[in-house]
Amino acid sequence: MSMIKALSALAAMFLIAACSNNETQTASAATTTVTPGSVGDFRQNVGDRVFFDTDSSNVREDGRQTLNRQAEWLKKYGNYQITIEGHCDERGTREYNLALGERRANAARQYLIAQGIPASRLKTVSYGKERPDPVGSDEAAWARNRRAVTALE
Amino acid sequence: MMLPRRTTLLGGAALATIGVAGTARAQLTIDMTRPSFEPVPIAIVDFKGDAVGAQMAGVIRNNLQNCGLFRVIPSSAYIQKDVDATSPPRFQDWRSVGAAGLVVGQVTSVGGSIKVDFRLWDVVTSQQATGLSFTSQPSNWRRLAHIISDAIYKRVTGEEGYFDTRVAYVSETGPGNNRTKRIAVMDQDGANNRYLTDGKTIALTPRFSPTLQEIVYMAYGENNGPPRVYLQNVDSGRRELLGNFPGMSFAPRFSPDGTKVVMSIAENGRTNIYEMDVRGRQLRRLTNSPAIDTSPCFSADGSQIVFNSDRGGAQQLYVMSAGGGGERRISFGDGRYATPVWSPRGDFIAFTKIGSGGFGIGVMRSDGSGERMLASGFLVEGPTWAPNGRVLMFFRQQPSSGGRVGSASLHQIDITGRFERQVPTPTDASDPAWSPLIPQ
Repeated sequence: MSMIKALSALAAMFLIAACSNNETQTASAATTTVTPGSVGDFRQNVGDRVFFDTDSSNVREDGRQTLNRQAEWLKKYGNYQITIEGHCDERGTREYNLALGERRANAARQYLIAQGIPASRLKTVSYGKERPDPVGSDEAAWARNRRAVTALE
Repeated sequence: MMLPRRTTLLGGAALATIGVAGTARAQLTIDMTRPSFEPVPIAIVDFKGDAVGAQMAGVIRNNLQNCGLFRVIPSSAYIQKDVDATSPPRFQDWRSVGAAGLVVGQVTSVGGSIKVDFRLWDVVTSQQATGLSFTSQPSNWRRLAHIISDAIYKRVTGEEGYFDTRVAYVSETGPGNNRTKRIAVMDQDGANNRYLTDGKTIALTPRFSPTLQEIVYMAYGENNGPPRVYLQNVDSGRRELLGNFPGMSFAPRFSPDGTKVVMSIAENGRTNIYEMDVRGRQLRRLTNSPAIDTSPCFSADGSQIVFNSDRGGAQQLYVMSAGGGGERRISFGDGRYATPVWSPRGDFIAFTKIGSGGFGIGVMRSDGSGERMLASGFLVEGPTWAPNGRVLMFFRQQPSSGGRVGSASLHQIDITGRFERQVPTPTDASDPAWSPLIPQ
């Protein structure tokens, strides 16, 4: 009995997933699946990462928009401590990339401070090129790896 | 614990040279300054006596063949099958198989120790070229084979060898997006591999002390803790934190006398170079720029430091006085330059170069002139010098594809760009650091 129940619940979930895939992944569709104020909410509906140009730590226009949303959300949910992780693509040397990752994390941190997030809530850590996401050696993967990720705890 | 004391290891004196060395020994010598030379044909007979003798000969063959300067004649070609370790061989038999040199040895059990006698015969002149005798614990047989390899290398090339050394490196395992990176150390030939960190956090960039069997490296703290620099004894495993700074500290490297460590500290988007006195732990700032100044390395005489910086836009190499100041750019080619490493001989600086076509390992003179590229690839990085300044080790990373991380492996190459070979490691490996000759 309980097995059949579980199966039908699963089937229902697949249906929902299929529906949201068919829609063009609007923010409103996603909000229904996560608790507002949760880490999942932040990742899905705000965006936890901003991207950089090659060998650069300048926050781009698309990054500013993401960080503006982050600042708004972080002000609303003041209970989180924030660590900004700086990352690089693999086309630099290990030591230089550790420094470049720190510079990117710091750029995102300074931007959030300017938007009114207290500096005391914001730590940084650099992973250089040691934690790629995604793993890949093409332009698309490199562009996604030049990033600063806002992690909450 | 692995290391014998000098008194026990070199318990015996060098054997008296039999006969007087002649002048006609051209074929058992190599002039490495010449643009090209033939490898020296050499025969290495299994050492007699204890069973370990055959293993010792195997280690010596492997060392000499791998360095590219020797051609080891296979034992199947030998005419004289039984060679006494103490009396002269039948030189004509060895000339017939084309050998210029012949290595023979004897292993004898003496109480709880082994006594090893070895001789290098100059087959061309029918004379003994060199000979040594050692007494040590049986467990040291590999080291004795490396020390003998170094003696042969020195006799033939006139340069110090590099076989009785170790290599620290980063062992890499697991998926590409969550890779375990541990510091490992092994003998130069890949034997006796073991791990110095547990892999719970990422550990990177090991660098050997030029004077002791100690390394410095960078490791992340637990729970997202900032990366810090640690000092660790390779034999005892004893580990100490080298300075607890608010920002990330990384890219450590010893001074030639081992008393100081230079490193980078990153704070608020700036990365500068600092020097720490290992004993007193006093910190001194050496650069003060808004740029990234990192990968510092002392000159062999300790008077200067080379580093890379993006202060002028792209990453380039700069040299400054060891105490800071007098900074001047030395790299002017196309592309970005990184990880400069001064040769222990003082003549060259090895570096990683990043161009539009990929990565390369090169050397230049210490004033930046005479740049030469030795190896290239999708991603090659992290040169380190053998203690004699004749050979470099570095790592190669293959491209990742389909979500699978490309493999990483250690390679060594002669500074002339010859004899590149992969160094065997049990796992993927990056960022090698060559030790000095192990103290005897």
